[in-house]
Amino acid sequence: MTPTRTLAVATVAAMLVALVGLPTRSAAQDTTKAQGVRIGLTYTQGTKPGVLITPIVGANSDSVREILARDLDFGDRVNPIKLDGGTPPTGALNYPLYAQQGALAVVQATLTAVGSLHVAVHDVVAARVMNVFDVALPNPPLGPEWRMALHGASDEVERVITEQRGIAQTRVAFERAGALWTVDSDGANAHVLPGTQAGLSPAWHPSGRYMAFCLLANDGQFIMLRDLVAGTSRRIPGHGASSNTPAFSPDGTTLVFSSGSDGFDIFTVSPFGKEAPQRLTVGRGSVINQQPSFSPDGRRVAFQSDRSGHAEVYIMDADGSNADLLTTSIGGEQPYRSNPDWSPDGRKVAFQSQINGVFQIMTINPRDRSVTALTSEGRNEDPSWAPDGRHLAFTSNRSGSQQLWVLDAESGRVRQLTRGEKARMAAWSPRLEAAR
Amino acid sequence: MISIKERTPTLTLRRIIMPVSIRSAAALAMALVTLAGCKKKPETTPAPVTAAPPVRAPGPNQDSIAAAERAREAARLAAAASEEARRNAAALAEARNTLMQVIYFDFDKDEIRDDQRMALDAKVPILTANPNVRIRIAGHTDSRGSDEYNLALGQRRSASAKRYLVSRGIADSRIDVVSFGKERPVAQGENEEAWAKNRRDEFEIVAGGENLRVPR
Repeated sequence: MTPTRTLAVATVAAMLVALVGLPTRSAAQDTTKAQGVRIGLTYTQGTKPGVLITPIVGANSDSVREILARDLDFGDRVNPIKLDGGTPPTGALNYPLYAQQGALAVVQATLTAVGSLHVAVHDVVAARVMNVFDVALPNPPLGPEWRMALHGASDEVERVITEQRGIAQTRVAFERAGALWTVDSDGANAHVLPGTQAGLSPAWHPSGRYMAFCLLANDGQFIMLRDLVAGTSRRIPGHGASSNTPAFSPDGTTLVFSSGSDGFDIFTVSPFGKEAPQRLTVGRGSVINQQPSFSPDGRRVAFQSDRSGHAEVYIMDADGSNADLLTTSIGGEQPYRSNPDWSPDGRKVAFQSQINGVFQIMTINPRDRSVTALTSEGRNEDPSWAPDGRHLAFTSNRSGSQQLWVLDAESGRVRQLTRGEKARMAAWSPRLEAAR
Repeated sequence: MISIKERTPTLTLRRIIMPVSIRSAAALAMALVTLAGCKKKPETTPAPVTAAPPVRAPGPNQDSIAAAERAREAARLAAAASEEARRNAAALAEARNTLMQVIYFDFDKDEIRDDQRMALDAKVPILTANPNVRIRIAGHTDSRGSDEYNLALGQRRSASAKRYLVSRGIADSRIDVVSFGKERPVAQGENEEAWAKNRRDEFEIVAGGENLRVPR
């Protein structure tokens, strides 16, 4: 990324932060914008407009409607209204009737003869069609790829209504029973990934095609890079007996990880090149520097270090300079903060912090260092941001066994993502529109 | 602190029981050999053993008495040899156990505890007497701390024990270190007793273990 472009991105990001960071003014902003650009439905941060999904006919139509409604519900930004039964509307929609039912938007989906889904999104207030699009649904119906394509339709509906694409068309990678797994964002299709036995700490490449992970071998830990499409793996050279906690830069050209034999330092390497890893931190003695996570502009790295005598979260420039303690303002009888994950919008770093000896998920704003505690029930750890910068997957034992849960950091709403054998080390994928 | 030597009584017991049963088995084998009139010599018997008398010979005769005495002598020597072998095996097992003796750590620490130094010091003469032996130290942690931090902490614990042994003259190249973090606990449970058992270094002989010599 060129400096100019980086600056432009940073400026846009700063403007976005300014926009959404002032909730009292956001409604006024939307009104102003509506004058020039849009009439009728405008999405306001913090509100959940009602979205009615009309009945669908054809094979698996009930499943289509069910999945669309659930995706919109899990997105936490609209309120899906799904009336049971009924017949699909024909001709012009009766907008006043939908308005009475609390809908600001209507999703009218049709299964076509060629096996695709035709979707029209209506603005009830303006009484007009906002957007029309088609999504191909790969065979077999109800299969994993069919479901993922349908999740893509949900995400597009969310984009049309809220101007932000949803996160239904994503997966969460995790560790279970000595291998790596993925599960779809809605909890369906949990399955083991071939070639990942003894894998830990999965990390998605931004393309969604590759996954880096830590291989727990009998003679050490190594970073492996797996091509999920070709089904091949490659060992990334480390620096010492143990390498762990891999993560990619947002542009996918840099792999960052922790490596060492006694003390541990953060290293970067090109995931597809042959160069030796470059050291970012300069550990003294047996200091453990670990769990790197890039900022979305790729210019900084959050990581944990016990250089002060106990684990805390630090940030540094991507070249290793200007390391600074981030988690300064948090008390607690036994300080221990770890597993930082920088949000995709750059505004927060999620991490785990020990409260009364038990891990809880928190976020910290890297600018003003304000801290928000997000969990309190059970032991909660290892947060991973969804691409929307709003939802987090994490490990919790609140149900009695260690499982993955999803938390909406804005509303506080939680849902259980995995069931069955113990699951941990969640890594939320990028949006998987093009990949696979 | 909870007792770390819990393993010791079991091991001692096993050391005593096993050779005894081996010895009785050997004696029984000898008797069978004699009875069956087999010409095969027991490997450990230096005295020549000729054809054993026919078992159903009518009445005593000098040949059979001499043969019986020779068999008794052979059994005595065999027993002595097996006693020697038993002592050697016990000493070897002792050396092996000492080499593999687990050491324990305090919470979130990799320093060798004072009460664990003896266990490490005892390994030094065995390693010195067996220059072909290579060992692997595996560091483990309790279940507190993050999964990934524990991988690093376990590594630090194995490195710490390695440093100690190297400082006492053992070649660096003879010691591999690895960590399993909190992935392979020996004790289940979220309490200090389980945690204390899991914060440990395990020692494994990876090469040269088949010809272990006992230090003199």
